[in-house]
Amino acid sequence: MSTETIFIQLMGGMGVTVAIFILTLVFSMPLGMVVALLRMTRSRLLSLLVQVYISVMRGTPLMLQLIVIYFAPFYLFHIKISSSYRFVAVILAFALNYAAYFAEIYRSGFRSIPAGQYEAAHVLGYSRAQTFFHIILPQVVKRVLPPVTNEVITLVKDTSLAFAIATAEMFTIAKQISAKEASLMPLMAAGVFYYIFNVLVAWVCARIEKHYDYYKI
Amino acid sequence: MMNLLEISHMKKSFDGVPVIENISLSVREGEVLSVIGPSGSGKSTLLRCATLLETMDSGELRIGGRCAAREEGGRSVYAPAQELRLIRRELGLVFQSFHLFPHYSVKKNIVEPQRIAGRSREEAERKADELMESLGLSDHAAKYPCQLSGGQQQRVSIARALALDPKILFFDEPTSALDPELTAEVLRVIRALAGKRMTMVIVTHEMEFARELSDRIVFMENGYIQEEGTPEELFSTENARVRSFIGRLRA
Repeated sequence: MSTETIFIQLMGGMGVTVAIFILTLVFSMPLGMVVALLRMTRSRLLSLLVQVYISVMRGTPLMLQLIVIYFAPFYLFHIKISSSYRFVAVILAFALNYAAYFAEIYRSGFRSIPAGQYEAAHVLGYSRAQTFFHIILPQVVKRVLPPVTNEVITLVKDTSLAFAIATAEMFTIAKQISAKEASLMPLMAAGVFYYIFNVLVAWVCARIEKHYDYYKI
Repeated sequence: MMNLLEISHMKKSFDGVPVIENISLSVREGEVLSVIGPSGSGKSTLLRCATLLETMDSGELRIGGRCAAREEGGRSVYAPAQELRLIRRELGLVFQSFHLFPHYSVKKNIVEPQRIAGRSREEAERKADELMESLGLSDHAAKYPCQLSGGQQQRVSIARALALDPKILFFDEPTSALDPELTAEVLRVIRALAGKRMTMVIVTHEMEFARELSDRIVFMENGYIQEEGTPEELFSTENARVRSFIGRLRA
């Protein structure tokens, strides 16, 4: 296989990796907010259910979750797994898993806002919704940026776990070519790609953090 | 003169521990009332109940002539949320530790609550400019709370409360988080408000200030009002407990 072909194949995998990365964030970040809010509701039952969900998502390997979600339709309902479901399963597993982590990050952010902020807003005539959107949420966003950055960087590397169900992402392809060509080069190239990707992610996150530097909490 | 605050037979416990035991109190329009007493006497809880941050267990509460809570079968029954929101507009509260919104500039801290109350942007900004001018904050309009001294922050929080034109303004130990130098500038502002006959209820440890400014002082201990009267009456009281408390703080 020529270097050029290897490169083109890796590029294809790169596209899938980026797609997993972006779609996971698009779904898990808002879902994490919903989960965090449910976790903090006064309803004991809802809160407990959500706690179990978070506990399972954080307490079991993502790779296992991927495999279970991918094969569940077949083993549970005897539905034939179509090839297009593979990618859906990847996004589903990643989004559910990362939502649990984001939820806990958001929750710690909410917990860190002093009660005085809620009380001041309340006395000044803010409704609950106005307090949440105008006063609390903007401060939570600033507070959670550093841990969210950490999580996003982990996600870049975690996308490689999709190889467990043979998704044609970067790592899966690099590993295949490496085995076929008996060369470490494809894997090295993949490593360089993940690294550059993460440097970019860290740079973007740092820019966003800097944007919120105009005030201190 | 109408009573802007009327509390009758207020009782409040936390987890079975009584903090306020049967307190009745009223504040007339234009009156300055100071509440003094040792820590744990229930004065903060009294203030939090009077400003609707906390609900009392029994008793009645009227603010600005409106009924916030009436007693029924030995329990306080609060007005519907809609009505409470209107009642809340009659009062302002200045916190011990300011609680400014850190993500808003000084001006925005004063403008935004007015916008929430339904005022136009021009009107809210004009009001904010006026207040910043009179409280000596104009130079700080674009700054953020983290860039201000404690005294400046407290003045912003007073401006923020005043912007909504409350009929009665409550202060919860407004200078306790400040060092003596900064205390003076905040007391100056409160003194100026008293000069304009603003109705105020001030929980404070500043004895001399309370004496100079108040029409009436209430001494609280163990959830009761132990003594109540004009500053002259309170400072010349025969009540040994009140004397020792005032004496110790003045020394």
